[in-house]
Amino acid sequence: MKYLEDIGSYFLMLKRVFSSFTKRSVLRELIFKELDDLIIDSLGIVCFISFFVGGVIALQTALNLNNPLIPKALIGFATRQSIILEFAPTFISIIMAGKVGSFITSSLGSMRVTEQIDALEVMGINSLNYLVFPKIVALMFYPFLIALAMFLGILGGWMAGVYGGFTSSTEFISGLQDDFIPFHLFYAFLKTFVFAFILATVPSWQGYYMKGGALEVGKASTNSFVWNSVLIILTNYIITQLLLS
Amino acid sequence: MIKVENIHKSFGQEEILKGISTTFERGKTNLIIGQSGSGKTVLLKCLIGLFKPDEGFIYYEDKAIQKMNDEEQRVLREEIGMLFQGGALFDSMTIEENVMFPLRMFSKQKKSQMLDRVNEVLKRVNLEDVNKKFPSEISGGMQKRVSIARAVVNNPKYLFCDEPNSGLDPKTATLIDNLIQEITHEYNITTVVVTHDMNSVMEIGEKVVLLKKGKLVWQGDNQEIFKTDNEDVTQFVYSSDLFKKIREVQLKEKE
Repeated sequence: MKYLEDIGSYFLMLKRVFSSFTKRSVLRELIFKELDDLIIDSLGIVCFISFFVGGVIALQTALNLNNPLIPKALIGFATRQSIILEFAPTFISIIMAGKVGSFITSSLGSMRVTEQIDALEVMGINSLNYLVFPKIVALMFYPFLIALAMFLGILGGWMAGVYGGFTSSTEFISGLQDDFIPFHLFYAFLKTFVFAFILATVPSWQGYYMKGGALEVGKASTNSFVWNSVLIILTNYIITQLLLS
Repeated sequence: MIKVENIHKSFGQEEILKGISTTFERGKTNLIIGQSGSGKTVLLKCLIGLFKPDEGFIYYEDKAIQKMNDEEQRVLREEIGMLFQGGALFDSMTIEENVMFPLRMFSKQKKSQMLDRVNEVLKRVNLEDVNKKFPSEISGGMQKRVSIARAVVNNPKYLFCDEPNSGLDPKTATLIDNLIQEITHEYNITTVVVTHDMNSVMEIGEKVVLLKKGKLVWQGDNQEIFKTDNEDVTQFVYSSDLFKKIREVQLKEKE
């Protein structure tokens, strides 16, 4: 019963997010601020992880290629497929659920505890539109981050493969180009948009409707990470089943 | 003027407000007092529309808030200034941005005009040279004053204060009380203050409403409160050691 109530309140929140819009000039500023907090501030961690995980994928593939009949181009191929299909869109989103999700929940939760959300409501401002809508818009730029993760992951794989002496640059690039299906990119970016929406709204819901004090803010942040991860994994499965199987 | 008529409010099985009726007058500081759990804050939150009463009506100048459409309620809220117990200043904004916030949201003034107004109200609450600081960089008393400045910057008709001097030293508390009263008279607004501080009652209680267990048990002004024989009032007023001593002296003098 509680879960049904929660789902209902999530959708009611979404309805309010897209009604009674805040003044356009204020909203524009808020969107830029959220872009900075949610996207630009995540660049460092995303670049670092993508580059090294790309390298590890290439290394693991190379170290498991014992059969001389299997072409070395497979290293590039495996790196591309792993990075584009799953690592960049899904696993970076799980990492972002920890970073961005906790940030959103704790900032909204703190605003709830210190009555800042009440202050907005008393002033006649639709606090959900003011606080959550800019986050949703900012996270619609999330696919750019994922595109960068894809590029750096493959670059990391290329460097690990070539400079580690496992393959030549020509072979790696040939593997990257083998059997490339552009629809896989569409699939990857489509699910990235869905994950971006989950990343913006689920932590917002957790933070906005939390009750209690500082301890509950911490609990809400943890719950937010758990629910975000579960939803991302489930949605990933459903989208993959629908589009690729 | 705000008129409250037979307000009831429950949370689950527990009835918090049990049929409260009173009026809060314009140009006066109206105080809602009572012990913790008496329903003061719930009544205040009903007045400002954060809670919906289960029964009864709240009239703002003869118009019931429950009968207003969304647009009328939005306009009414623009006329409300609120001072929250903890100040509720936005952490991510400077003091200047905090005070300017209602103007940016609702007025069409140029930025220079808004800045002038911000400086004017900050000066009015005796705060200068704090414009570029963040709320975490100033003291609790200063935060309360900034919060008052933000509440009045848009020339509200109604000012609500939730325990404005809680957590402040007696000197700063008196300063905040006096500031609220001065602003009330200066702008001729209807001010409602929730407090359990008897010093505030003495200082600024032009109309005092006493709540007990969700019921209104007495109303009057800060002179009458020390003369009445109402048992609930005497219990509340003389619960502090200081006022007990004053009472003892008064009774001795009577004898």
